[in-house]
Amino acid sequence: MAVRPEEFNFAKNDKFHTAMIPGKTARFFRTCKIWQFIRFVIINIKMIIVVSKSH
Amino acid sequence: MARLIVLGGGVAGHTAATFAADWLGREHEVVVVTPNSKWNWIPSNIWVGVGQMTKEEVTFDLAPVYNKAGITYKQAKAVSLNPEGNASSDKPFVTIEYTGQGKAGESEEVTYDYLINATGPKLNFAATPGLGDANGLGEFTVSVCTADHADHAAHELAKCIEKMKKGERQKFLVGTGHGMCTCQGAAFEYIFNIEHEINKAGVRDMADIKWISNESFMGDFGMGGLHMKVGGYVVSSRIFTESLFAERGVEYIIGAHVNRVEKGKVSYELLDGSMGEETFDFSMLIPPFAGVGLKAYNKAGEDITDTVFAPNGFMKVDANYTPKPYEEWKASDWPRTYQNPSYKNLFAAGIAFAPPHIISKPMKSPNGTVINPTPPRTGMPSGIIGKAVAHSVCDLIKKGPSAHLHEASMAEMGAACVASAGKGWLDGQAAAMTVYPVVPDHEKYPGTGRDTDYTFGEIGLAGHWIKHILHFLFIYKAKLKPFWKVIPE
Ligand SMILES: Cc1cc2nc3c(=O)[nH]c(=O)nc-3n(C[C@H](O)[C@H](O)[C@H](O)COP(=O)(O)OP(=O)(O)OC[C@H]3O[C@@H](n4cnc5c(N)ncnc54)[C@H](O)[C@@H]3O)c2cc1C
Repeated sequence: MAVRPEEFNFAKNDKFHTAMIPGKTARFFRTCKIWQFIRFVIINIKMIIVVSKSH
Repeated sequence: MARLIVLGGGVAGHTAATFAADWLGREHEVVVVTPNSKWNWIPSNIWVGVGQMTKEEVTFDLAPVYNKAGITYKQAKAVSLNPEGNASSDKPFVTIEYTGQGKAGESEEVTYDYLINATGPKLNFAATPGLGDANGLGEFTVSVCTADHADHAAHELAKCIEKMKKGERQKFLVGTGHGMCTCQGAAFEYIFNIEHEINKAGVRDMADIKWISNESFMGDFGMGGLHMKVGGYVVSSRIFTESLFAERGVEYIIGAHVNRVEKGKVSYELLDGSMGEETFDFSMLIPPFAGVGLKAYNKAGEDITDTVFAPNGFMKVDANYTPKPYEEWKASDWPRTYQNPSYKNLFAAGIAFAPPHIISKPMKSPNGTVINPTPPRTGMPSGIIGKAVAHSVCDLIKKGPSAHLHEASMAEMGAACVASAGKGWLDGQAAAMTVYPVVPDHEKYPGTGRDTDYTFGEIGLAGHWIKHILHFLFIYKAKLKPFWKVIPE
């Protein structure tokens, strides 16, 4: 079976072999505009809380 | 009329001076002494360093902004402090040497009632032979620490990309240029921007990209790492960082003290005491930071630099500097008011204050070489501290010497960091992270030392959009455009 492109780097060296590498779904969500828009709102809210707790 | 002098027109100094001028009004004088004629939004130097922004986009002239704010601007560098005045006067003063305004090289003594030292770091390239010398960056590596450095780095990178397009393999080495560097986050962001640009140019298979760092584990970032909630787990930044490097095929060397740089080669010592060498065609290594080397003299003209400044050149403030083992470090060791213990009208803000100790676990190789990151004082803490210190000085001026000082401990404040990879609105990505608090407090948050509800990180377009917004927002704020005060530091 052909290696999945996102799994290719596991074989490159021992360090990569034991790392967590995102698969297709995680990569898809990183660039999915609708999901990222929701995350944008959530990250902003979290950052504003951190900023206000810091002042 | 009281005079406040702010040394340094960077993140902390500019924040302190602009708020102080606003709060004090024209009744009192705010003077900024800084050698640069332009303000630089340093985080975006990363994009300049890969040719995605020009240096003009990340800088602007300070003079018109200070003119608008009613701030006296002296384009000069501070050389020494006389906090007790001299034989002929009790009035404290700072000796400055002009770098512009048609007076380059001229000296002047400027008296003050209050002084905020926000001179940031000296980029100590000379600490590593070959990385640079007393004049700054050397010829073998590049830097992104200033807009000019970043512009030069972009040209060197473009040459390498051209070579790869012609079929010549290139090796990229990015990280820290000494065992006691901080600012790993900047190098981290730069390496992934390089990787992104090389990918975009279609020559990723011609590039070997390697990270070299003084961190003892990936994701230490000078903060001893951090734990964050990801996918229902609380995970160490080590897992997060190793994952990113494995995903992008970027190899790494950690626990490394780079002890020599030559043309196309670095030599290093590792935490296990072994020595190694690494070759490169292109290398960006962050230099270690030190204080800018201000001197201090008492009334009799005797050198009291050791009283006012720590051995690393940073200014002593209200931190607990008693040496103690790592196990006994406490959040309460960190300063709250940034007032100098010997001279109560002296304050420090941003990178210029001397931390009580590092945050990461101290490490030494069997040969006795110290290899551990020094503590980061990133943009958000620098801005918050600058504002708090300005607030204290304004209260001291307006309410008198018994006014309550404002507090901003790094053990009670967070930091938001966004490390991009690429610049395009739709093709870039970023790791967005917050950490709360910056200095772990193991008494308040047993386990990880931090509040995991507010310490988080994730990768995606969203963080990238935030990086873009921060760029425009902070330059807008620094230019004192309408409503600048409502934009938080
Ligand atoms: C490439 C890079 C990327 C970064 N990215 C981020 C990021 O994404 N997020 C983040 O939070 N932080 C980031 N940082 C860190 C951030 O830039 C610093 O934390 C911040 O600039 C510190 O502020 P400061 O005012 O203490 O020092 P600076 O901003 O460096 O300002 C110091 C000022 O003092 C002046 N000065 C120097 N010597 C003298 C003297 N003798 N007399 C008077 N003035 C003097 C300097 O010219 C300068 O204007 C990055 C740093 C680098 C290098």
